[in-house]
Amino acid sequence: MQKVNLCDACSKEKGVQDPTGFALADLLLGIGAAEEIEKGASTQKCPVCGFSQADFKKTGRLGCSACYVTFAEGLNTLLKAMHKGTEHVGKLPQRAHRAMELNHRMRNLTENLQKAVAEENYETAASLRDQIKQLESEIAT
Amino acid sequence: MKFSNVMATAGEWVRGEGPHYQVVISSRVRLARNLRNRAFPGWAKKAERISILDLIRPRVEELTEMQDSFSESLQELSALERQVLVERHLISREHAAKGVGSAVVMNRRQTLSIMINEEDHLRMQSIRSGLQLKQAFKLVDKIDSALESKLEFAYDQRLGYLTACPTNVGTGMRASAMLHLPGLVLSELINQVIQAVSKIGLAVRGLYGEGTEAMGNLFQISNQTTLGEKEDEIINRLSKVIETIIEKEHDARQVLLQKKSNTLWDQIGRAYGVLTYAHAMASKEALNLLSIIKLGVDLGAFPEDRRLPIDELFIDIQPAHLQKSSQQKLNAEERDHLRAQIIRERLKLFPKPDISKMARESGDGSTAGPSNNE
Repeated sequence: MQKVNLCDACSKEKGVQDPTGFALADLLLGIGAAEEIEKGASTQKCPVCGFSQADFKKTGRLGCSACYVTFAEGLNTLLKAMHKGTEHVGKLPQRAHRAMELNHRMRNLTENLQKAVAEENYETAASLRDQIKQLESEIAT
Repeated sequence: MKFSNVMATAGEWVRGEGPHYQVVISSRVRLARNLRNRAFPGWAKKAERISILDLIRPRVEELTEMQDSFSESLQELSALERQVLVERHLISREHAAKGVGSAVVMNRRQTLSIMINEEDHLRMQSIRSGLQLKQAFKLVDKIDSALESKLEFAYDQRLGYLTACPTNVGTGMRASAMLHLPGLVLSELINQVIQAVSKIGLAVRGLYGEGTEAMGNLFQISNQTTLGEKEDEIINRLSKVIETIIEKEHDARQVLLQKKSNTLWDQIGRAYGVLTYAHAMASKEALNLLSIIKLGVDLGAFPEDRRLPIDELFIDIQPAHLQKSSQQKLNAEERDHLRAQIIRERLKLFPKPDISKMARESGDGSTAGPSNNE
């Protein structure tokens, strides 16, 4: 095997087009997949994890869950070609969402209660205590 | 639980007691899950992978199903031990290649295994013997629900569960069954079946999944798509297709018995002869011959109580199992000798194939005799 370093222009002339990256994304996602991704976001980077579309071309995997938003445009075409439908109709992590929401509210209320007590604002504290009780019974169900 | 305990007991699925056990070896369902806004394992730096592992692992270990579990970081397992887990389908080949920041947790019965930081943060897999996709899904669904109350999973209202690879997005579910199809292979109908199955959005693969060769007439069939279809719909569709393949396999065996009984008996006799007397055997040859013996058990040429020893051999003769049980690293030649030796020992008490029984089992005496097929 011989290793050759080619510039962009030469590689096109010789018909070499990043064989590893191209092949991987295309193999995985069907011919033309790499181009579809490119169309979506040519210079974009995921604000959460710093992943770029060039990285996707190389690995065929995304960087984090937020990449699905960052590269939504290109991905939509891909997903359409890849799957039965374009929308999830299966399991919903409902309980988790609800539990997280309730926990979040509980945290806020507890913090506010501590603040109210510290400020000797007893009227507010009493009302917050009632709200916490109500929320506790909601969580229990 | 220690690795030696894992090694000492075969997974529940090896004791082929599930529905349609003659054709369906095992059913597996895995769910892929990730934490919200954390880099997927393939993109995360080492420190982040470790922090994700530290977050997930205690939550997995405290599951009721994971009491007395085997839980180990990948870097704590030797290459051989990892390979043993691959051969038992408890971890993927990809996971076996991982090191720091990845772990595996599995229950005592080896029916549930959870890979942390494989391609996704969580890969939860349930494995059962025979055709039991629904039951396998039920368990892993329960585990998922238990974990989602403690961990915030990446989930999008439109796209469902978000995964490192877009091919898994939506349900994040891959359901698969391992089928033993010697009848379809011997009657050269297997390619037709594979093509038909691929056309309806299902995938057929070899023994160890993607990109692996079919050995021992074993084939994995699984759903290809994960978005736009409910979990139970996917499983029902897959189960129906598998039931059809089971029927086709039984049909093929009947046709072989009636029209090509000479060939069939020749194959079984040769497999028996080679396995009983060979002194060197590569795993591919061994699997292919054991497959024919297994078919012989199904057809009545060997007594039913010989099924388990054969099923166990399928696992025990694989390279890592051989080396782990012999407590030494062996080169390919030594492995082939040891493999042949183990098979000879286990087949010592194995009776010779009884063709007359087989003819009777075929239910058609007039066409099943060897002399009718000249």
